[in-house]
Amino acid sequence: MSGRRANAGGQVDRTRTIRFTFDGKPMTGHPGDTLASALLAGGVSVVGRSFKYHRPRGIFSAGVDEPSALVTVVNGAVREPNVPATAIDIFDGLVVESQNRFPSLGFDIGAVNGLFGGLFSAGFYYKTFMGPVVGPLKGTRFWMLCEWFIRRAAGLGRAGHATDHARYERMNAFCDVLVVGSGPAGLMAARAAAASGKQVMLAEQDPLPGGSARSSGETIDGMPAAEWAARVAGELAAMENVRILPRTTVWGYYDGNVLAALERVSDHRPAEKGEPRHRHWVIRAGRVVLSTGAFERPLVFPGNDRPGVMLAGAAQRYAGAFGVLPGERIAVFANNDTAYRAAAALHRAGARIAAIVDVRREVSAAALALAVETGAEHLPGHAVVATSGGNALKDISVQRFDAATGALPGETRRIEADCLAVSGGWSPAIHLASQAGGAARWDERLQAFLPPEPSKPWLGAGAFTGAFTTQEAIVEGLAAGAAATGQKPSRRKPPQVETADLDVAPAPVFEIDAKGKAFVDLQHDVTAEDVRLAHREGFVSVEHLKRYTTLGMATDQGKTSNVPGLAIMARAAGKAIPEVGTTRFRPPFSAVSLGSLAAERHGDLRPERLTPMHDWHAEHGARMLAAGLWFRPQIYGLPGETVEQAYVREAAAVRDSVGFVDVSTLGKIAVQGPDAGEFLDRVYTNMFSTLSVGKARYGLMLREDGLAFDDGTTWRLGEHEFLMTTTTANAGKVMQHLEYLLDIVWPELRVHLTSVTDQWAGAAVAGPKARAVLAACVTGTAVDNETLPFMGIVRGEIDGAPVTICRLSFSGEMAFEVYCGAGHGLQVWEALMEAGKPFGMVPYGLEALGTLRIEKGHVTGSEIDGRTTARDLHLDWMLSKKKPFVGSAMMDREGLTAPERLQLVGVVALDNRAFGNGAHLVEAQQDPADPHGSIGHVTANCFSPALGRYVGLALVKGGKARHGSRAWLSDPLRKRFGPVEIVSHHMFDPEGSRMHG
Amino acid sequence: MLIGCPYCGPRDVGEFTYQGDANRKRPDPASPAGAEWERYVYERTNTAGEHREYWQHSGGCRAHLVVTRNTVTHAISSVTLVRGDDA
Repeated sequence: MSGRRANAGGQVDRTRTIRFTFDGKPMTGHPGDTLASALLAGGVSVVGRSFKYHRPRGIFSAGVDEPSALVTVVNGAVREPNVPATAIDIFDGLVVESQNRFPSLGFDIGAVNGLFGGLFSAGFYYKTFMGPVVGPLKGTRFWMLCEWFIRRAAGLGRAGHATDHARYERMNAFCDVLVVGSGPAGLMAARAAAASGKQVMLAEQDPLPGGSARSSGETIDGMPAAEWAARVAGELAAMENVRILPRTTVWGYYDGNVLAALERVSDHRPAEKGEPRHRHWVIRAGRVVLSTGAFERPLVFPGNDRPGVMLAGAAQRYAGAFGVLPGERIAVFANNDTAYRAAAALHRAGARIAAIVDVRREVSAAALALAVETGAEHLPGHAVVATSGGNALKDISVQRFDAATGALPGETRRIEADCLAVSGGWSPAIHLASQAGGAARWDERLQAFLPPEPSKPWLGAGAFTGAFTTQEAIVEGLAAGAAATGQKPSRRKPPQVETADLDVAPAPVFEIDAKGKAFVDLQHDVTAEDVRLAHREGFVSVEHLKRYTTLGMATDQGKTSNVPGLAIMARAAGKAIPEVGTTRFRPPFSAVSLGSLAAERHGDLRPERLTPMHDWHAEHGARMLAAGLWFRPQIYGLPGETVEQAYVREAAAVRDSVGFVDVSTLGKIAVQGPDAGEFLDRVYTNMFSTLSVGKARYGLMLREDGLAFDDGTTWRLGEHEFLMTTTTANAGKVMQHLEYLLDIVWPELRVHLTSVTDQWAGAAVAGPKARAVLAACVTGTAVDNETLPFMGIVRGEIDGAPVTICRLSFSGEMAFEVYCGAGHGLQVWEALMEAGKPFGMVPYGLEALGTLRIEKGHVTGSEIDGRTTARDLHLDWMLSKKKPFVGSAMMDREGLTAPERLQLVGVVALDNRAFGNGAHLVEAQQDPADPHGSIGHVTANCFSPALGRYVGLALVKGGKARHGSRAWLSDPLRKRFGPVEIVSHHMFDPEGSRMHG
Repeated sequence: MLIGCPYCGPRDVGEFTYQGDANRKRPDPASPAGAEWERYVYERTNTAGEHREYWQHSGGCRAHLVVTRNTVTHAISSVTLVRGDDA
């Protein structure tokens, strides 16, 4: 192929030059070019290598239907593979690499695969690699041997490992009418709908509006069609009730008329500050007008994949929209009239049309006139049966062809051509309508699947409905726009199109069955013979055909290959195409970036919950850990300290003197009302109605199925007022659980729930000197043992800020939780810090908090893991027998009380080495290569400064009965094996003397 | 899918949390485990057609609603507040 830039034509700015690189080679183009048009203009013919056979492949289409020209866009260390060159807008500094070639595009070692064509035919993997091992070169073992080589040889682009730092965002939108596609039908639909004054959105996947009008060469209302389209789009853009979204692909149609779209905001230029790369739109539309046009189909014939063979409409597009000629000497091969218009457009743009090969004997007068205009040799009743040339087309072989029988009588003849423009008819882009629901309908005249009857509020217009002429598209667009807004059709004369009066119906020819590899799916290298082989082997369902041959399952989702594949299958089966059926389209219509789907759920748009003391933590050396959306200090490391050294120091300080920790993230729920006590009795396993005002109690909740759900302390602040605390992770779930029970199960209870997590900041002060610290800073109340006994509550002030203090302990030390209004959080925290100075008080993080609780055998979400019961965790003392509660009926079932259940124990490493959570325990030392016979697993671990050992908590079969016995740690993933002793989970101060102090 | 919350108006389904079959009846809390509790905790009908179900407007007013939804078409024929629901 020897493409070049034409002297005139196209919507590119020839006065400016853009520089980019392709496989490291400097290339140029103009603003308005796609990568494909710029590569064609630069004379590049081979753009990639094919999937299985590594055949050279060029540019086949001019849009998202591209099966061949897939490239990798390189942006620093970030690689985005498998992007169609036809959908990339070039910009200065763009770096692109070709794919699936080794060592280079021009010479590829993998091309020898092509010599073993039979090996890679349909079902190759299943036949060669599945099933039992029979002989040396078959079965799953053989697969494991070959996989490495095959994965390297057959494949697409290589994804990178670098983090994508681009921003992605999500936008919700509403409109009365969403018009998808801005060709003549879409423009007219938007104009008619906008006239009603209603809100209209118009989405166009290309950078410029206009669709086919950009390159049709037709005249509309006396103007070149491209100019007409630009003018209409300009008028629409100026209207207040119209929003045009360029570079936006509507890719999903969902229930409730919700559509998903991807806007490529800054793929074509550097992003401005704060601008995302992609924007994911969720559009709720009153009505949708689908004016998505049609995809041209190729004809299937031997050598149809050679670089230089492209769709006729695409060739016309390159000339009309980009001013690029895909070849100097172009041949055309078609089964319909529309290719004649392409030939004429290419001729007018300056190319020589060598021949027009048409499978039909008779063509319309208008088509004939166009053929004459081009000066091409016209070969009706002929077909192309072969192509030749290495990496670029040199010539084609033609032969007489009988469209009725498929027979090829007579001799072949060669015609020199560097580009072959092929047209096998058009398939409406019915993807969104199919997603919305309903089966496509086969149209015999157009030889195409038309959209189903609407099952959702959408209307169709233009080529999407099979209205393949521009005049029809305009009329349908106006009608759809009016109908979508409840207006009567306008009596005004629609814009008039001057064009050749072509017959849009193709001949029912899909394949030229001659000798040689004829490709149906260019991206997955599926040949016509593969389809027939699948049929011979009994794959009669089109769904099975797809899976067996992988036809239409590549990244292009078979936009060019589905219908030809079906037609070949139907012929093999001796059936009509509608009898074979079609598969239903599923989202997405074209590739969608994963980043856009994650949008605000990751990166800088993910919400963060910070406690009022967050900045203080950061300033004091805290390393922060994410806990759900919250951030909590892991350790407050000193210079040079490891994490272990830091938490051991912090935990030791708590046991020796005093430390304090930010507990603001605990879930806090105000439970208020006359029946609050009764309500808590029903949701907790233990009694709360009997709790005195000014006292707190540790509570446990079960789920309805009797398994443990959450734990925490609840404080009685008044006769009718409780403050419930939950674990940080379960705060939302507990709230929802309680609301469900109140609304649905016990609506008669007079209780009100309010989430107050964010309203209260909290600090836990723990250690033998904790009371002394409080005594030094709390005013308005005493904090001695009498005033503030274990589980007692007092109110006072710290540094003038009102505080509520409860004496309770998670660490096993004398400890107090101090709550204040979130606005006073930092002030109270700093006052505590100041008061703690004489005692050497340190702030401690999650690691030390965990260490202290592991030493004491207190449970958290690691042990309340949705599989454990209160008994498993030795919390059966909390199960009241005086009243029913949520879970009480189901908790005594046989399976939940079986003696072999996993129960909470402590473990001590006897080799004095660290071990990890999730490590299994087995009864005795065993071969590390053959781990078996787990008796349980480790749920928590730490180095215990109090015990001087590496210890942990574990859930172990039979639990208590194993106290004092030895077991063997088996953690093959981390290669950690060694002896442990199973002990009581109360590893430190089992009598609790320290916290009662 | 839009759910017409009696307090907040029509809202996207993403604001709501599905809270299960609204036809279930919680057994007498004092009754022991048995068939009735098994049904309540584990068994769900898988209706093709009209289905009464609970939804909570968790991203809004947090009220629990009884939504009658056709599981085949997702068409919602009625939305009422649970408190005030006569079922």
